[in-house]
Amino acid sequence: MFIKDIQKILDAQLLVGEEFMDTEVRSACGSDMMSDVLAFVKDQAVLITGLLNQQAIRTAAMMDMVCVVFVRGKTPGEDILEAARDNGIAVMTTTHRMFTACGLLFEAGLNGGCHIK
Amino acid sequence: MSENSLHYHYVVPGDDFTRAGIASSAVKKTLKQLGIYPETVRKLSISLFEGEINMVIHADGGEIDVWIDDEKIVAELVDKGPGIENIELAMQEGWSTASEQVRGLGFGAGMGLPNMKKYSDELIIDSTVGVGTKVTLIVNIVK
Repeated sequence: MFIKDIQKILDAQLLVGEEFMDTEVRSACGSDMMSDVLAFVKDQAVLITGLLNQQAIRTAAMMDMVCVVFVRGKTPGEDILEAARDNGIAVMTTTHRMFTACGLLFEAGLNGGCHIK
Repeated sequence: MSENSLHYHYVVPGDDFTRAGIASSAVKKTLKQLGIYPETVRKLSISLFEGEINMVIHADGGEIDVWIDDEKIVAELVDKGPGIENIELAMQEGWSTASEQVRGLGFGAGMGLPNMKKYSDELIIDSTVGVGTKVTLIVNIVK
């Protein structure tokens, strides 16, 4: 799946990263708690979150994530978008809630990047 | 550390949560520029980021020193905060003394120290209640 597919599936508005639309996404993580995101390294991942502050972008950057999707129609401020540009991370916002956004992506073939033990 | 190690120093302000992580981001950029193996960069960056967040949440900021040589990266985080009363308890996943306000900011899930242990090759915590805490993180460089 590519970032452009995520935008389409979630009917999302792209805010940063037109140039990253063809970047591949291999896994996803949905959480508002950043330490939970940091607990499991995923490959080429997208972060789906309702946490609207710079730490969401910084966490994604630490994990080498490629895209952050803000759910529930949350629109990030310029400071967040600037942090995303600095780190080369695509940012979009969708009106879907967290559960629905994750479900739609999972249904389309994206997984959590780890196996159930 | 060997004599020809690189040294970086950062002051972490304690009064602005939005700035927490700036030092870790700078270290990550430096490590990348040095051409260090991406997995090693990620391990150190995540551990340091959690440590820096802790410093801001619990200790009103502090100072970070990072040394890099051919074999390892050593990061020392020193604060003059309240100290950790029970380190064993603090190491447990899910245990946290962070406020509801901090949780609202996306942290304080009780995963900070466990994550630091998970991603570092060595974690040393030296803490005295009422005096402060020194955390040393060591990540070996994979060649």
